[in-house]
Amino acid sequence: METILKIIKYQLRDVLRSKWLIAYLLFFLLLTYGLFRFAGDDSRVIISLMNVVLIIIPLVSCIYGTIYFYNSKEFILFMLSQPIERSTLYTGMWLSIAISLSVSFIIGITVPYLLLGQVNVQNLYTFALLAASGILLTFIFSSAAFLVAVTNSDKARGFGISLLLWLFYAVVFDGIILFTMISFNDYPLETPALIATLLNPIDSARVLILLKLDISALMGYTGAVFQKFFGNMLGILIAIFSLILWIALPFVTGLKLFKGKDL
Amino acid sequence: MIEINNLHKNFGKLKALSDIDVTFKKGDITAIVGPNGSGKTTLIKIILGLVRRTSGTIRYNGKDINGCSYRSDIGYMPQSPNYPDNLNAAELIEMLKDIRGKKESLDLELIELFQLSGEMKKSIRNLSGGTKQKINAAIAFLFNPALLILDEPTAALDPISSSYLKDKILKENHNGKAVILTSHNMYDIQELSNDIVFLMEGKIFFRGSPNQLMNRNGYENLERAVAGLMKELFDGNDSKNN
Repeated sequence: METILKIIKYQLRDVLRSKWLIAYLLFFLLLTYGLFRFAGDDSRVIISLMNVVLIIIPLVSCIYGTIYFYNSKEFILFMLSQPIERSTLYTGMWLSIAISLSVSFIIGITVPYLLLGQVNVQNLYTFALLAASGILLTFIFSSAAFLVAVTNSDKARGFGISLLLWLFYAVVFDGIILFTMISFNDYPLETPALIATLLNPIDSARVLILLKLDISALMGYTGAVFQKFFGNMLGILIAIFSLILWIALPFVTGLKLFKGKDL
Repeated sequence: MIEINNLHKNFGKLKALSDIDVTFKKGDITAIVGPNGSGKTTLIKIILGLVRRTSGTIRYNGKDINGCSYRSDIGYMPQSPNYPDNLNAAELIEMLKDIRGKKESLDLELIELFQLSGEMKKSIRNLSGGTKQKINAAIAFLFNPALLILDEPTAALDPISSSYLKDKILKENHNGKAVILTSHNMYDIQELSNDIVFLMEGKIFFRGSPNQLMNRNGYENLERAVAGLMKELFDGNDSKNN
């Protein structure tokens, strides 16, 4: 654990100085500032922000995580010639990426909120939920990116798979669900819809925020089913639990494969 | 120091190393020589734990090399180093010190010889390939390791830096350190090593001193002797295939 923290300390120094990370921070800073300035009331800002967060965070985490892992190939070899366990290095590198992306995102959305938003208990809770969803998605998609990079030695192939992974969860998955719902609308679909939401981390994150905002019109079918089945509080807890599982699954698989991999 | 017995490594159907039995002893400078793709790097990577062996035993000071603690005794100089772009060399060394938990004095001789002190605070991204290689060499010697593993150590170094590095290798070897190196430069090997392991197609075909290899077929220098041995083995393979 101590060595993981040491690795994170130095990797963060490296990653936080990268131009990509600074651009990522500026993107959220300008976007959130613009929304607060022009979109009107705070809940509309949060919904607009949510729509961007659900698309951009998985995309950037996938791409940045994959590029970072491939670009660190020689550095990984060098570090593993030191007295460092493979699991320690893998965990340290992944946490460094996930933490640095999360920090950029949080600073990017929080500064404009504190300057221009209405800071009250109700708003703060929704805003915190949006921030938490963003962080969870960062951890999920960066661990998936690491898994893709570990399983594919070819950089171009790994990069392509990472993009497809994002495309699948951000776009294609919902299309398949919609198509299935229309095709089987004579059958009771509540339970399959519920399972489908938990099978897509982006959907779980969306439901998590919308349950709090209590805007059933925007929740879509699965959100409404979620609310009906679990109510708001239990729904939020289940969504969070599913997101945590989504972090653990690719991380543990990637770690296991990395430990046995020929480097 | 390192004892390898019956080592095999397969990458799928490809046999990268077969039945390797070799010992690397304290006080020796062993050069691993062979054509491209003969298994030199695989053997080094297996010793470092970077590639997993298919079967066989590898013992460091009598103990199997499971875990990572034995690597605190090793200084490794990879062929093509690549460090985090936005760190500088001073931070890199600080990180290694921190991870190794070393409190005692470091061997900074190469940093002084290579005149690296002016480069230590520059981002690694802005350093030339040669300077990165010098830092790479300096780091390998930094923690006074008992075993040095040097992969093409003089490649990308200018003649003066290369001679400083070779002097340093000989000096540390004289102080009792074991050295394993690979190089395509036979003049470097002739100058440095007292022991040669010749690998081809994943098997050891010759083990002995440079003089023994040269005397084998009456060659005057090591480069000719190694080329002669390769040709002999290639011709042998061709006639077997025909």
